[in-house]
Amino acid sequence: MVNPTDYLLAVEGLTVSFDGFKAVNDLSFYVDSNEIHVIIGPNGAGKTTVLDLICGRTKASGGSIKFRNRELTAMKEHQIVKAGVGRKFQNPSIYDDLTVFENLEISYPRGRTVFGALAFKRDAAVRERVAEIAEMIFLADHLDQRAEYLSHGQKQWLEIGMLLIQDPELLMLDEPVAGMSVNERKKTAELLNRIIRNRSVLVIEHDMKFVEDIAHRVTVLHQGKILSEGSMERVKNDPKVVEVYLGH
Amino acid sequence: MTRTPQTSFLGRIDGDIAGILLLAALLIVILPLGLDIFRLNMVGKYLTYAFVALGLVLCWGSAGILSLGQGIFFGIGGYCMAMFLKLEASSPEATKIQSTPGIPDFMDWNQLKELPWFWEPFHSLTFATVAVVAVPALLAFIVGLAMFKRRVGGVYFAIITQAFAAILTILIVGQQGYTGGINGITDLRTLKGWDIRTDEAKLVLYFVNAALLIGCILLCLYVRRSKLGRILVALRDKEDRVRFSGYDVASFKIFVFCFAAALSAVGGAMFTLQVGFMSPSFVGIVPSIEMVIYCAVGGRLSLLGAVYGTLLVNWAKTMLSESFPELWLFAMGALFIGVVMVFPNGLAGLYQQFIAPKLRRLTTRRTDAPVAGAPIIPPHTAAD
Repeated sequence: MVNPTDYLLAVEGLTVSFDGFKAVNDLSFYVDSNEIHVIIGPNGAGKTTVLDLICGRTKASGGSIKFRNRELTAMKEHQIVKAGVGRKFQNPSIYDDLTVFENLEISYPRGRTVFGALAFKRDAAVRERVAEIAEMIFLADHLDQRAEYLSHGQKQWLEIGMLLIQDPELLMLDEPVAGMSVNERKKTAELLNRIIRNRSVLVIEHDMKFVEDIAHRVTVLHQGKILSEGSMERVKNDPKVVEVYLGH
Repeated sequence: MTRTPQTSFLGRIDGDIAGILLLAALLIVILPLGLDIFRLNMVGKYLTYAFVALGLVLCWGSAGILSLGQGIFFGIGGYCMAMFLKLEASSPEATKIQSTPGIPDFMDWNQLKELPWFWEPFHSLTFATVAVVAVPALLAFIVGLAMFKRRVGGVYFAIITQAFAAILTILIVGQQGYTGGINGITDLRTLKGWDIRTDEAKLVLYFVNAALLIGCILLCLYVRRSKLGRILVALRDKEDRVRFSGYDVASFKIFVFCFAAALSAVGGAMFTLQVGFMSPSFVGIVPSIEMVIYCAVGGRLSLLGAVYGTLLVNWAKTMLSESFPELWLFAMGALFIGVVMVFPNGLAGLYQQFIAPKLRRLTTRRTDAPVAGAPIIPPHTAAD
């Protein structure tokens, strides 16, 4: 047993209740460095809430979330991002009125204070990095396009790109392939497989084929609690999991 | 794939600067040549509201924060200037018939025996000038800190700013001995011995005002074109995404609110100088909403649009009020409904939609083939 503090992310006894309803109940799990950890579970299991708690969008009622031994529950959202946690939302969350270039540029980790942003210069380093990311997310030819005019799949890629440019140590993705065409799904899997190197990824996903492809470890949530945990193989054959989730 | 947004950016700069030069020519050459000093002074008065409209373009147009209390900052800026001018007009010699000579007349009427402590520093023009910008900015900072840190936004923020406008009006009217009450601070005469009531002074002040306005437009343009300007647009659209990209959203909102407040205050101070008085009727809810309408008519996404909108609405107001005084409020109401329902992006939006494409076609025809083959860049909301 490794000492918990050696984990990149250590969630222990995490609880949150909304008006007495415990959306997440005494939850503990760990994410290793360079591990791809997938959370699955039926609707309402508290998957998105767990991500919300880690990134500070929702405040925990109890328990602790340690990222590289720093307590996240006491930090503000932007501080958590600066600590190295990136979060992708379920619906593509991008800036419609800005171009693809500007969308990526805003996520570039420099000039994040008011006066830093005023003095920010679009120098060669920024342009190169944006071009590099745009290439990776298949949007190199769309840099000048307003993000509003991208397709659903392209918007998802753009948001993934916006996270990549921050170079987070822990990347959290909420249903990255939901609503994508088969072709887009394939390209996304390829993209994710490329970007997950050298970082830890926490993914929520319903697509079992996709989960099987990428997961190192799977946690099954049910009613705010862990139902099962382990490799995809083990989880898939767990009778409890089959009953509440996979059997559907 | 060598074309980066930088190229389209340059194109936009040219367009913006050309528009500003056109406005400068109108304000500094055409209007002074075409109007008598009475009308010119009136235009000068309208232009002071354009400072408020500029602030609203950034605060409401870019960042989506609607403030219905910009009159607060316009008023405070105006009052800071008026306090200095009033003290200069209240020298012991000029006020020797009062029971306490040397204090402003309205204080004497209210049985005050000495100058209140907060009036003392306004003997200094330097202090007053700094206060014109600093006091409203500080107030905006405090209000912004209280609201935005708690994530109060949207319509709640608008209502709260309106409440502040009402509170400040009541405070000014109620504290007659300290503020001049409902009449405001009147009978302002000289600025460091220079009589501001003469026609020459009005002409000079008009030009100072116009130059300041152009300067403020350039400043706003710089802010909008900086990354900060794009962050404001981003947070109008997806506040959470900005927050989870590592920005402290509240501090950006506070900044733009303070910036808009400071701009409004400069307008207020210029109003006092050109019109010769300041009163609570420029602070309250109604003037604050009127200022929003100026900005909305001109186009809340366009700096220049807001200036033209302010000029047009005020000109229409004066014309209508001179011939059919009872009609103005109806016209104002109709205008507001018209803007909201028919052209939500104001005059600038109409320009972008109907005139700009024609102009672009004209310029493309004149230049060579490679340019015509370049992809068309959709009009950008962050720039004019």
